Amino acid sequence: MYAQMVDTGAKKLRSVEEMTPEERAFQARVDADIKIEPKDWMPEAYRKTLIRQISQHAHSEIVGMLPEGNWITRAPTLQRKAILMAKVQDEAGHGLYLYCAAETLGVSRDQMVADLHSGKAKYSSIFNYPTLTWADIGAIGWLVDGAAIMNQIPLCRCSFGPYSRAMIRVCKEESFHQRQGFDIMIKLCRGTPEQKAMAQDALDRWWWPSLMMFGPPDASSVHSAQSAQWKIKILSNDELRQRFIDQTVPQADFLGIRMPDPDLKWNAERGHYDFGAIDWNELYEVVKGNGPCNRERLRARVDAWNDGAWVREAALAHAEKRAAREAKAA
Amino acid sequence: MESTSKGVTGMNEWPLWEVFIRSQHGLAHKHVGSLHAPDAEMAIKNARDVYTRRNEGVSIWAVRSSDIVASSPGDKEPMFEPASSKVYRHPTFFPMPDEVKHI
Repeated sequence: MYAQMVDTGAKKLRSVEEMTPEERAFQARVDADIKIEPKDWMPEAYRKTLIRQISQHAHSEIVGMLPEGNWITRAPTLQRKAILMAKVQDEAGHGLYLYCAAETLGVSRDQMVADLHSGKAKYSSIFNYPTLTWADIGAIGWLVDGAAIMNQIPLCRCSFGPYSRAMIRVCKEESFHQRQGFDIMIKLCRGTPEQKAMAQDALDRWWWPSLMMFGPPDASSVHSAQSAQWKIKILSNDELRQRFIDQTVPQADFLGIRMPDPDLKWNAERGHYDFGAIDWNELYEVVKGNGPCNRERLRARVDAWNDGAWVREAALAHAEKRAAREAKAA
Repeated sequence: MESTSKGVTGMNEWPLWEVFIRSQHGLAHKHVGSLHAPDAEMAIKNARDVYTRRNEGVSIWAVRSSDIVASSPGDKEPMFEPASSKVYRHPTFFPMPDEVKHI
């Protein structure tokens, strides 16, 4: 979701008999819900998978600032502008919590940034879609942050201590994001027919990409099975997606707008909403780099990094100069 | 905690700091996370922006991660197990007769 299709390096799930004594002891701790901390022994594949997953999650928070940042200067009121700035600032904070969690596994911040910029590391597919109108800011908060919460709440219980603690912090703050988005949608839906049409248009464009955020069905994926065994993935993609749909459809009903899915209907027998087929080809294309904004997003990140180089260098040079002066005076 | 410091641009990364916050209720400073900053002053400023956006605290400590001395996970048993057999250190070890009050 914020981390999609994370490769665990596993070919098949290993049974207890196939594990080394260290792996067995590690798995027993995970099974007993004892948190794994950075200096504890862990399988190399667990470490590498977590670096992939947490850094992808962090990159998503950072790249996720771009579509919303697009509307800060054009927010309709001063209050909406202040709220949007606070939200975007939170996303930066979430990225930082997550980078720090990943760094405890022995990867450097610069390495993670380099992997994002080279295209080696991914970020969530959702941020490769454009924000065309103000209503998109409402739809992102409501749907994208709603989907993020759905994924992140179970991750608060994940096996790796620093990741779990970062998720707890993030979840505390994320609810504001979803509510501010829904508040924008309410305002538009209670406004003029043109404003309501904007809200419907945003829902039409963001609904399917939001469902794709959870990733393709993974019930038979060896990576998902491995991640589940390690407790760094708690629920399957389809379970999370179904929960998200079930909670979101009544909210759209309240707004008086409709999901762009003719097959969407309540199934009393299942106790869930049935929904139409998702175009997975679209997701694979976006993940491959062929979404509407992939190149623009990455260029913005690389430019920001390069343009900020002199600030990073100057701050470090200043700190070194002052430290040298103090050493001399002492 | 320590990260490799070789940057992609060939430049050193800003050092890592651990951040501790005291909440408003008079409790002790508590570890909340870490961040990168070039010096102590910037560490405090960054900690304010990253960890206290919602009145989480009234005081910040920032400590260079490399200055923290930690017990090793391998020493967990010799370090902490001796305490587990000393149950008499807890008041509940001593049952008090029902008729005895305020103790």
